[in-house]
Amino acid sequence: MSEAKDALFDPLVDNNPITLQILGICSALAVTTTLVASLIMCLAVIAVITLSNVSISMIRKDIPANIRIIVQMTVIASLVIVVDEILKAYAFETSKQLSVFVGLIITNCIVLGRAEAFAMKNPPGLSFLDGLGNGLGYSLVLIIVGATRELVGSGTLLGYEILRPVTEDGWYYTNGMMLLPPSAFFIIGLMIWAIRAWKPEQQEKPEYQIHQVHRMEKL
Amino acid sequence: MSESSAGMLTRFRNMPNDSRAKTLMVALLLCLVCSVIVSTAAVTLKPLQIANAELDRKRNILQVAGLLRDDIGIEELFDNVEVRVVDLDSGEYSDAVDLRTYNQRQAARDPALSQALASDIDIAGIGRRAKYAIVYLVREAGAVKTIVLPVHGYGLWSTLYGFLALQGDARSVYGLQFYDHLETPGLGGEVDNPKWRALWNGKLVFDEQDQPRIEVVRGRVVPGPDAKYQVDGLAGATLTSVGVSNLVRFWLGEQGFGPYLAKVRGGM
Repeated sequence: MSEAKDALFDPLVDNNPITLQILGICSALAVTTTLVASLIMCLAVIAVITLSNVSISMIRKDIPANIRIIVQMTVIASLVIVVDEILKAYAFETSKQLSVFVGLIITNCIVLGRAEAFAMKNPPGLSFLDGLGNGLGYSLVLIIVGATRELVGSGTLLGYEILRPVTEDGWYYTNGMMLLPPSAFFIIGLMIWAIRAWKPEQQEKPEYQIHQVHRMEKL
Repeated sequence: MSESSAGMLTRFRNMPNDSRAKTLMVALLLCLVCSVIVSTAAVTLKPLQIANAELDRKRNILQVAGLLRDDIGIEELFDNVEVRVVDLDSGEYSDAVDLRTYNQRQAARDPALSQALASDIDIAGIGRRAKYAIVYLVREAGAVKTIVLPVHGYGLWSTLYGFLALQGDARSVYGLQFYDHLETPGLGGEVDNPKWRALWNGKLVFDEQDQPRIEVVRGRVVPGPDAKYQVDGLAGATLTSVGVSNLVRFWLGEQGFGPYLAKVRGGM
């Protein structure tokens, strides 16, 4: 039971795919200008990662080791295309806004990473929970970044006005930089800093330390 | 029968995973299953997607004509728009094609409904041009207030599809908007930026000799006698800017809506 709990809850903070493993940064920068786009992206990634984990786990004993990556990619790519088609049919506006980034879930390292690292070695039920947990961990970061960027950048949340901008005779000067991709870098960076200050065990040991060398001989 | 196929499955699954036969079989089966899933999704969702794209096209026409409102549905608003087919060669309205089923994009690929463009006149980079186009007219008290023309042409990566709205005089721009393109978001994709689109409003498209004069310049427009024909270029997207400039000129020229607009100015 604790195994299942770990698979689901570990990726939320303790082993978060974005803030600890630093994966999936590209999409986290690209789609987080508004909270709605972030939420749709989260749902798409959760759907793809759970389904890919379950399907790969189901056929894991029959996957030849030498073609396993391409098998995983084929499964993931098919799922992403299906999700993209569904979005185009039922959430047309958002799918236009997300444009290529839904398709780019195929190359999201988190999805392939979970397939290779977890689903290939664990039964479908546990893989489902692992996929769900990682999807939620990714979503948590995206939602925080998306909400911050939309609020500071446009003064709105989910399209509703929270801070009245000066362009609408309000008092709030919108921060245009928040609508540009680099701002997501800063927010994610600050989040990583905060999480690692809260949980010091996440801090990495320096790989190399510069030693002071005392030179004895005269030059 | 079922027994033997079940037996075959067990035998297949018991084969060593890395044997050549099993590797090939797994790859083949996986591709089959995945392609069935993908094509089922694509085929079953197609009607919904087409309906969405159609609604989106109408929304864009309304938006470029300044008619889009939040409180009234798109279909209802669209009832105020007069839809006509134009024969591009003669510039006359035509009934040669059914405007409900006519698709200009498909027609441009059909040799019977389109003509090839020589490379020296094809500044928009579209290769073939349909013989008929659908225009959208918004009338106010009988007089034409806005003319919405479908335009398309090549930018940097992709063909940009959009609408150019002219004011009733058929000389000045009301708006320009693209609904389908794959230009780089943030650079060429800025053709969707409302601030940039607003720059087009009121610009003159023809010079005194009725030749297309409008252009997207590099950098900012310098105030002067030519400024009324010029629009700021997009920073970091020179090729997209040039593409937009060329496609607008093409569709306003002899090969595009030139003859039609001349007739409109003549009081058709």
